[in-house]
Amino acid sequence: MERKTKIIAEDGKQDLLITREFDLPLELLFKAYVEPEIVEQWMGTKVLKLDCKPHGSYQFVTSDPQGNQHRFNGVIHEFSPNQKITRTFEMENTPFPVQLEFLEFEALTDSTSKLTMQIVYRSVVDRDKMLQLPFAQGINMAHNRLQDIVNQLNKLTI
Amino acid sequence: MNLRRDVFQAIADPTRRTILMLLASQSMTAGAIAANFDTARPTVSKHLHILSECELLSQVQNGREIHYHLNPQKMKEIADFIEPFRAMWDERFDKLESIMKIYPSKK
Repeated sequence: MERKTKIIAEDGKQDLLITREFDLPLELLFKAYVEPEIVEQWMGTKVLKLDCKPHGSYQFVTSDPQGNQHRFNGVIHEFSPNQKITRTFEMENTPFPVQLEFLEFEALTDSTSKLTMQIVYRSVVDRDKMLQLPFAQGINMAHNRLQDIVNQLNKLTI
Repeated sequence: MNLRRDVFQAIADPTRRTILMLLASQSMTAGAIAANFDTARPTVSKHLHILSECELLSQVQNGREIHYHLNPQKMKEIADFIEPFRAMWDERFDKLESIMKIYPSKK
């Protein structure tokens, strides 16, 4: 019943809002964004660089099951510990334009916290393409199965 | 958008996703669906009710039995749009949460 991560993507807009409440104190939530070895664990990526300060930058690399490497990078514009990070995000060697991310961290109680992430894309089309990407790359197993089902159904109904 | 949100709420639950997968290959009665789960029958009925309300399932009376079918159109709507993206972030954030829960004790 519970749906912890919420995404608001209004039709026809070029941004989206991701919100998530964590059963973690604010400081620990923020630390998960700053410590390279922790970022590596939850993002499933290797951190080549993570320089958390204004005008700092980061670069991550992931390997897909076929062994291909995908690099991501961005520049950090604002960095206020336990409050906010404003940064860009870009996938290297893809046609996707750079996107702008506003991350806001807040304490709900001593032991819970909330992350609000607004992502601004270059266009509505770019946003919608990005939303569909997890399918294209097969990141999510459960939903690949769902896709298989839909494919099956499409075959039946054609 | 409201309709869409309801649909995604419906498939956020693992039991309901399993029900959708069961029904992908054949239509089934509530009893046959419930037989696949350890949970109580009323719980399964509740899930069927939610899925029906979101139009992911339709019911067809077949003699004395009611068979549940998938609604392919609605299923496609889900597959095409936002849910995989949300699920990807949900998984990442779940991981973040579980990693950080054990973090203080390590230091």
